[in-house]
Amino acid sequence: MSGEFHIVVCGSLVPDPLQTLEPVQGPTGPALKNEMMLPSVLDPWAAHALYEAANLAKKTPGSKVWLVSLGPKAKLQQLMMTIAQKAPFELVVADGSASGFTDATETASALAETIAKIQGLDRSKLLLFGGCSSASRDAGVTVQMVGEQLGITDQFLAVDELTVQPDGSFKILERVEGGKYQVSRCAGAPAALAWATGNLPEPPNNPQVGMANMRGIMPALQKAQAAKVGLGTITYDGVEVPKQRRDTRIVKDASVDEIAKEIVEWMKNG
Amino acid sequence: MTRDKAAVERQSLDVDIACVGFGPAMGGFLATLSSALSDPARQGKLTSRVMPGMPLQVVCYERADDIGFGVSGVVTRGRSIKKTFPDLDLSQIPMAHPVKHEKVFYLLDPLGASRRSWILKSADAVLRTAGRILPWFRDDAFELPYIPPFMAKHDGFILSIGQFNQWVGSQLMASGTVQIWPGMPVREPIVEDGKVLGIRLVDQGTDRAGRPDAGFMPGMDIRSPLTVVGDGPVGPVGRRLDEIFGLPEGGHQRDWAVGMKMVVELPEDTPLEAGTVFHTFGFPEPEIFGFLYVYPNRIASAGIFVPSWFESPVRTSYRYLQHWMQHPRLWKYLKGAVMRSWGAKSLQESGRRGEPHLAGNGYARIGEGSGSTNVLTGSGVDEAWATGSQLAEAVIDLWGKDKPCTKENLEEAYVRRRRASWVDQESRVAEKSRDGFQWGFVPGLMGMGLAGMTNGFLHLGKEPCRPSDHIPSLEDYFKGKISPEEIRQIREEAVRKRTPLFEALMDKAGWPKIQYDGKLLMSHQDALLAGGKVQAPAGYADHVAFVYPNLCEQCGTKVCIELCSAQAITMGEDGGVPAFDREKCVHCGACLWNCAKEREGDPERGNIEFGAGAGGLHSAEN
Repeated sequence: MSGEFHIVVCGSLVPDPLQTLEPVQGPTGPALKNEMMLPSVLDPWAAHALYEAANLAKKTPGSKVWLVSLGPKAKLQQLMMTIAQKAPFELVVADGSASGFTDATETASALAETIAKIQGLDRSKLLLFGGCSSASRDAGVTVQMVGEQLGITDQFLAVDELTVQPDGSFKILERVEGGKYQVSRCAGAPAALAWATGNLPEPPNNPQVGMANMRGIMPALQKAQAAKVGLGTITYDGVEVPKQRRDTRIVKDASVDEIAKEIVEWMKNG
Repeated sequence: MTRDKAAVERQSLDVDIACVGFGPAMGGFLATLSSALSDPARQGKLTSRVMPGMPLQVVCYERADDIGFGVSGVVTRGRSIKKTFPDLDLSQIPMAHPVKHEKVFYLLDPLGASRRSWILKSADAVLRTAGRILPWFRDDAFELPYIPPFMAKHDGFILSIGQFNQWVGSQLMASGTVQIWPGMPVREPIVEDGKVLGIRLVDQGTDRAGRPDAGFMPGMDIRSPLTVVGDGPVGPVGRRLDEIFGLPEGGHQRDWAVGMKMVVELPEDTPLEAGTVFHTFGFPEPEIFGFLYVYPNRIASAGIFVPSWFESPVRTSYRYLQHWMQHPRLWKYLKGAVMRSWGAKSLQESGRRGEPHLAGNGYARIGEGSGSTNVLTGSGVDEAWATGSQLAEAVIDLWGKDKPCTKENLEEAYVRRRRASWVDQESRVAEKSRDGFQWGFVPGLMGMGLAGMTNGFLHLGKEPCRPSDHIPSLEDYFKGKISPEEIRQIREEAVRKRTPLFEALMDKAGWPKIQYDGKLLMSHQDALLAGGKVQAPAGYADHVAFVYPNLCEQCGTKVCIELCSAQAITMGEDGGVPAFDREKCVHCGACLWNCAKEREGDPERGNIEFGAGAGGLHSAEN
């Protein structure tokens, strides 16, 4: 076995976490108000998965990274302006909703169907990456279901580290209760890893990487097929923004303990 | 010529055209160029000089984390935009709408706190008396029964610059002919022997002082036969070119303003229709102009301009914005509104006088940084777009004839085109239109009217003085209102608590405290976070620096702190050199022209260096 990997990262856009979000009723169910206007980022969990994939591919000659994104084409195009500068990948697009009001099952099916059609993908070398909380409203099920539909039985959840051993097997750290890790071992690909944050910092923007990626991004967007998601197959009893109270105070030179104590008192006084 | 202190090995990339900044000017440039690159009849001649056999390699680097994170008011006649997009359908662009109703209000002062000349006070008294029978006077405001033609935008439209930039950017990216990379600040031009060879991107992975730190990646050099500079009025690349090549004789950049705005959701029962445009002047201080534009779905843009000729040592914007919103004539519409977004930017109001050299060997300047903003018509976006479009036509010309991008060729192809256009003609009319404000508010208004009505033939006033000359001492400014002893105490308290002075001084001068409602009226920091969504990634150097610390230590009127749009510049230890927090900076550049000290050896510049940095606003609605 040559040892290289074919790493498929599932990841799409979410509204920039700083934005003010509001639900509205659309023709097929709840939607985000002004969704097309909201600036978006790559889902942070998926972003960690992508950076880990790029890091692994760099260390394993002959490896390749695909980013499979399910989202509105026009928004994905804008997202690629920033993401494409971060890490080398080949983009594969499924054109569909990324509003957050989609069912994890149909999302997983759309992704699995898209992955199955990737030309040149060697399933014996396949590592399926994604964010552990992505596309599931934190239920942590989507990567599992994609893996199942692709026939991948070795699955790992809330991963922070993957180390390839000298014999080609994997040592994987998965988060468990009490702030601890479970150390798992796997003989090798194919495997599905749903990432937590990993340990890598966000890569800097690299114009050369961006330009190399851009050659494939525009054709990928043009070739995107429509995905069957968000078409009203599930119904919601209610959707609302969590209640929040804002109280901003700027302090200088206060210790972490002092700030934490003040926040706890504020919370207790409700 | 670059400013590396020690030799750093940098990667290099070759492109045909390196573009700095993505705003309306660059939108005009890239849209016009992209159209030619997509046209089978013209694309054959537009081939790459750096990658033979490939189409022109055009790459644009934008500082902000997204192309939609700009700030502007934007009511425009849109002549040049409509020429580029003849089938422009405003319903396809969020927050865009034709102008339907346009009004100009003179706002009187219901609080009695503003500084008004005796002429203005007399005029106010007459208006209040006559207002009992005049149809145009109500809610302590006088609606002008006539809008001068040079100001009117009846045939125009209102836009959100963020949404417009996003829309333009998506058209460009979909064409596949040009690339736009946000989150990529450009540090400086690469200049050798009087020729611009390209640009250098900022270093990433540094500490605050710019020294290599974890994950250090030296900024790449992008080499190109042509560098197009459209980085706005405070862009570091444009200003570095001004330092190296100087301004044309007689030129200066002394007139500025900071525009600060909110995007709000109006109350459900608002009577204001989409396409309503209000312009205001007179309150909260006579020098401060304001605007309210109403978009579809009850969204509105509301903001003010605080100019450099407003001679206050504690001129500030956020608190004045809140007082402006609460003027009775506006509050009847804004009460109950909710803030969605907030932002601020500097406007270069020197116009033609502030024009740099528009072209040189290997570079050309477009947009507001090239002096295109027209302060008489109150218009900048379309003018900027036009200059970009003109440069693109020049490039198509030069490339088609296989001519190099020399100063002579660019002057012939671009500058001559620009000089023959309406942008230049109208800028000549506007050139001295605001000189009257150097004498005062009333002469300023008279001067604008005179220049507008006579096509610039007549004007009032004198050549603007340097921004630092407009800043009196606190004691002089508050004479008769606040005693020197009270000022001393306020200053001491501010130094101890490390806060700006304007709050305490405005309170003392009769301005009522703002009662926060947490929805529209909120603290400045809440506006930053909830409205502007301001943040900055780690790993970059501080982009604001105080050049000579001794000048700051001597300074008794730290206007930089008072006017900082985001409270990113704050009182330093013991009241000496101010502190700077890059994570709060919105890159408005107001600090550049709000320094009470002249820099040693260069009196046209203050003591603050404003460089390229990452982060800032994260809202696409401004």
